[in-house]
Amino acid sequence: MSDPFALFIAPFGEFLFMRHALAACLALALGCGPVGMLLVLRRMSLMGDALSHAVLPGAAVGFLLSGLSLYAMTIGGAVAGLLVALIAGAVSRCTTLREDASFAALYLVAIAVGVLIISMRGTSIDLIHVLFGTILAVDDPALILVAAIATLTLFTLALIYRPLIVECFDPDFLRSVGGHGGAMHSIFLVLVVLNLVAGFTALGTLMAVGMLMLPAAAAHFWGRHFWSASLIAVVIAFFSGYSGLLLSFHCNLPSGPAIILVAGCCYAFSLLFGAKGSLLSRYRSGPHLTG
Amino acid sequence: MPAITLHDLTLGYERHPAVHHLSGVFASGTMTAIVGPNGSGKTTLLKGITGFLRPLAGAIDRGGLKPKDIAYLPQHLEADRSFPITVLDTVLLGLWQEIGMFAGMQRTHWDRVAQALFTVGLAGFETRTVNELSGGQFQRVMFARMSLQNAPVLVLDEPFNGIDQQTTADLLEVVRRWHAEGRTILVVAHDLALVRDFFPQTLLLAREMIAWGETRQVLTAAHLDRARTMSEAWDQSAAICRQEAA
Repeated sequence: MSDPFALFIAPFGEFLFMRHALAACLALALGCGPVGMLLVLRRMSLMGDALSHAVLPGAAVGFLLSGLSLYAMTIGGAVAGLLVALIAGAVSRCTTLREDASFAALYLVAIAVGVLIISMRGTSIDLIHVLFGTILAVDDPALILVAAIATLTLFTLALIYRPLIVECFDPDFLRSVGGHGGAMHSIFLVLVVLNLVAGFTALGTLMAVGMLMLPAAAAHFWGRHFWSASLIAVVIAFFSGYSGLLLSFHCNLPSGPAIILVAGCCYAFSLLFGAKGSLLSRYRSGPHLTG
Repeated sequence: MPAITLHDLTLGYERHPAVHHLSGVFASGTMTAIVGPNGSGKTTLLKGITGFLRPLAGAIDRGGLKPKDIAYLPQHLEADRSFPITVLDTVLLGLWQEIGMFAGMQRTHWDRVAQALFTVGLAGFETRTVNELSGGQFQRVMFARMSLQNAPVLVLDEPFNGIDQQTTADLLEVVRRWHAEGRTILVVAHDLALVRDFFPQTLLLAREMIAWGETRQVLTAAHLDRARTMSEAWDQSAAICRQEAA
């Protein structure tokens, strides 16, 4: 076990499912890094969590109707998530109820509906796969789906980068120059849902939001600008995926929690030792400067 | 340059008027201070003029301008100053109408940005992020952005609140330059001494117009007394207003 090649590279060379899982992690990292960073900067971290719960009943319904079919679960999850996101967005823009409150209301309704449908069918179905994912069983269609979502995410972000950043920083200004802040916000929510769906095929609905939030929260302690922080988030997310897979391979752990726990460790490390605003930077200030 | 004309304008929220039956003209190229107690409808009026709020009754004639051609600086608390964006990027936003979502920057654009930063005294601050700035410095950034917008009409909501004397003097100099370039300027202000010194025109508002015209004739003791007695609260059981257009 002391041979670094055997420890760090051989598992991926030997096993196809490990290569698949690694590729899925790379695709997930590329999409989730910038989207998660935007969630953090927009103070919508908990909304990502709410959305991931909203995805669950849709995926469960897909699971009920066609078994462990990737496409049925993905479509179900995406539809449920998008419905909740778009209705909540519309409610907060057209009424005085704030967006977080309408999100909470709608995802609770979504979960209730999902549970009701399952209980009406009267079958006790093992939803472990839906909840915890099966990253070690990522097959070609799943890989294509995750990669397609990552590609779409990056292209869309490149297209709407300017107005989206302005909408985060100074929404009133965007409105005053005739920019379409509401549309940017809706597109962004769609991206969040898509990345959650990509995450849940690999990590399960419970863990999907971890790949979105933990690397971004960690990167917040390193990057001074949005783009640099996003890049760092991508690196942290991919590192978590790689290390988590190795950990799960060598120690025989479930892969989803292993990946998220590595991301959690990255977060804890950044919290303590990050370059910007971390605990260490509070105590390592040194003598003050002249100006 | 177009004027902005208010025709029996009523603005408000949930049918309760905050600005009531206001008529008048902000003539082209004039510089007007909008003065009045808290809750007198100053911000509401600006939101109407910039198209953020639709009139409950009456109309605003912007002389052919679209709302997006009017540069608007809301009260400075509304931008997210913790957002990791540089001074340079923030000022560049002023070019939005010219470069939009996709276009790149040209050499003349960079020159204008450098000029705008120099004018507000922030040359050399380009790579700082806005969360490192003081309140006064951030307001200077906002003025630099507004300069780049090159708008015929500029609307500023309490731009000098919480700003020290030196910064206020510098920013007033920027406003003076805009005025000299023939732009129409509307500024909400609380400091009556500053208004008397600096603004040729004043609109004194207390939900209804108290006086509008030359500053000297508007800011009289009698007018200010009347503005002070304005009732701020909504009347929950208010009847429907039947006042005919003047």
